[in-house]
Amino acid sequence: MNNSFLLQIKDLKATIDNKEILKGLNLEVKPGEIHAIMGPNGSGKSTLASVLTGREIAQVTHGSVSFDGKDLLSLSPEERAREGIFLSFQYPIEIPGVSMVNFMKTAVNEQRKHRGLDPLSASDFLKLMREKKELVEIDSALTNRSVNEGFSGGEKKKNEIFQMAMLEPRLSILDETDSGLDIDALRIVANGVNKIRKPDTSVIVITHYQRLLDYIVPDVVHVLYNGRIVRTAGKELALELEERGYDWIKREADNVEA
Amino acid sequence: MIDYRPELIQKLTHLWDAGREGLFKKSPGLFNSFREEAFSTFLSLGLPDKKNEAYKYTDLDKFFSYDYRGYYVPSTADYTQAERFKCEVEDLDVWNIVLMNGFYPHSDQGLMMLPGGFWAGSMTAAAKQFPGLIQRHYNKYVTNDKDGLVHLNTALASDGLFIYAPKGTTISKPLQIVNLVHSDRDIFVQDRNLIVVEEGADLTLLVCDHALSPQHFLTNTVTEVYVGQNARFNIIRVQNQHNDAGKITQTFIHQERDSYASSNNITLHGGLVRNATYHTLAGENAETHSYGLFLSDKSQHTANYVFVDHSAPHCNSTQLFKGVLDDDATGAFNGRILVRPLAQGTNAYQANNNILMTPEAKMSTKPQLEIFADDVKCSHGATVGQLDEEALFYLRSRGIDEREARLMMMFGFAHEVIQNIHIEALRERIDTLVMQRLRGELSRCASCAIKCN
Repeated sequence: MNNSFLLQIKDLKATIDNKEILKGLNLEVKPGEIHAIMGPNGSGKSTLASVLTGREIAQVTHGSVSFDGKDLLSLSPEERAREGIFLSFQYPIEIPGVSMVNFMKTAVNEQRKHRGLDPLSASDFLKLMREKKELVEIDSALTNRSVNEGFSGGEKKKNEIFQMAMLEPRLSILDETDSGLDIDALRIVANGVNKIRKPDTSVIVITHYQRLLDYIVPDVVHVLYNGRIVRTAGKELALELEERGYDWIKREADNVEA
Repeated sequence: MIDYRPELIQKLTHLWDAGREGLFKKSPGLFNSFREEAFSTFLSLGLPDKKNEAYKYTDLDKFFSYDYRGYYVPSTADYTQAERFKCEVEDLDVWNIVLMNGFYPHSDQGLMMLPGGFWAGSMTAAAKQFPGLIQRHYNKYVTNDKDGLVHLNTALASDGLFIYAPKGTTISKPLQIVNLVHSDRDIFVQDRNLIVVEEGADLTLLVCDHALSPQHFLTNTVTEVYVGQNARFNIIRVQNQHNDAGKITQTFIHQERDSYASSNNITLHGGLVRNATYHTLAGENAETHSYGLFLSDKSQHTANYVFVDHSAPHCNSTQLFKGVLDDDATGAFNGRILVRPLAQGTNAYQANNNILMTPEAKMSTKPQLEIFADDVKCSHGATVGQLDEEALFYLRSRGIDEREARLMMMFGFAHEVIQNIHIEALRERIDTLVMQRLRGELSRCASCAIKCN
């Protein structure tokens, strides 16, 4: 039964700087599903992204995470990526002197090696870059530069989606990919995500706003509050939150706790 | 000043006494006319020590303490060694000159004229063929009177390289100078070079430093460069010696109005390396760039000293120096900018960034800005730190393993210096050398026929 889940998180507790942020989180994602995780600031959304991708800042103190039947928490960040986990960063990092081409070529070939495939030839790689650039509508000149260096906020987010297109992950985690985007950029980014998706790939969309979910339509919406998922429902929950805010959910959750 | 290291001075005095007669006999009168005074100035200044601001973080004592033999006359065997040496850079077409222990081999054949009207060859031969030119330029651009090593070079150097780009000439391809040291005994090499780029001429020079035998070497190089009005000059140094080799270079670049110069020192290996580059902007609207990159490990010490002297109005200068230090390596950067009262409209920029790979590695960095004009734009910045952990995670989160991610970041850091080399084939070659060095694979250049260590 477990094997039907791509991602299965059980009673996950995690701390940052010795402060408990995740306090027993459960989540199950099947292949092909889109889950939205919403919630007020400080509820633990980004900590969850950190735990799933293996960022050292978050310490797991309890619980388990399995990805396609494997113990995810025992893998290094690079192994998780090669298994097919991708994080679209909330704040993509600028890396001066490291070219986008070299970065992507190394990443793609590491992944191919993991799958027992030969590295792509230079011409095949460039062809792949061209295709994916068109798919996600990223300005061609950006990939001739250093990783994110001097990119605008919108360009950085598009570049995340471009990398996602190159790596074809099984599970994509979009950490506030919509923040700071104008409506046109938002549409391009969301369309990119939809075009990249395959029937069996899954997406976790972490967001504050309903806006992005008009384009990337979730199967399930969760509300994360105070380190736990306090409500799970269909896509209509996102609309309700947009309308009513989070206070009613906070009150309900606090009452249950009390 | 009385030197507190009398034994070292005594050793050098012995070298001077032993070589003096041969030196005077072999060398042209013009060079000899400076020797006596230069040596006594050296004696009064002594070897630079930590009391000297420009050497505050660089200890020369160890490399001066070996029992060097002076090297005043090359042997025939040295020429054979020099001829065997081939350094081929793929897709890079260069004129190639090999110097052995600071001598132009076959100095009796003197100078060669290269297509385009350039002259290149031995200083000794040049003094005979172009006495007037040499007299006008020799020992004229050495601006640092307080450095004993410059005077020591003036006293002891018996040959070196002479390059002359007459008015309006453009060299069709870069000139590559390969500086070899090779000996069966520890030797002290002093070469003295003069480069004259006359009005409107254009010259690019690639200088490669290698050591071919495992002995102790110490090289004390002084290079004077005259860049005439509206002329262009680029020098790129690639230093790849071993841990028992010491290399001290002092390069004095004198620029006239509307001229352009750039210097790029890439230090891959060497026990002790100190590159001092002096840029004198003597005419208005001149532009100069000083770049440097070093990658060091074990107990290597690498120092860069830069002095940009804005003596004329409306000149621009930049300095960008970077270092990656591993193990117990130490390094120093000292960048001085002087804007004289006349030099209105000056733009001067300086940056020094360093990465320490271990807690034991140590880097000292010191900007020194002296500004005496009002209309000046000047900035400087220095950093010493570790690799950015956030960036490292970003690369790893795309499936790149940690070691490779570190290499990519270090390479990226280094590439910001290398990207200023404008010849594509050379830039790619140096990128490759730096990558090999970062991977710990570089003991010698890949295409070199001589298997040195």
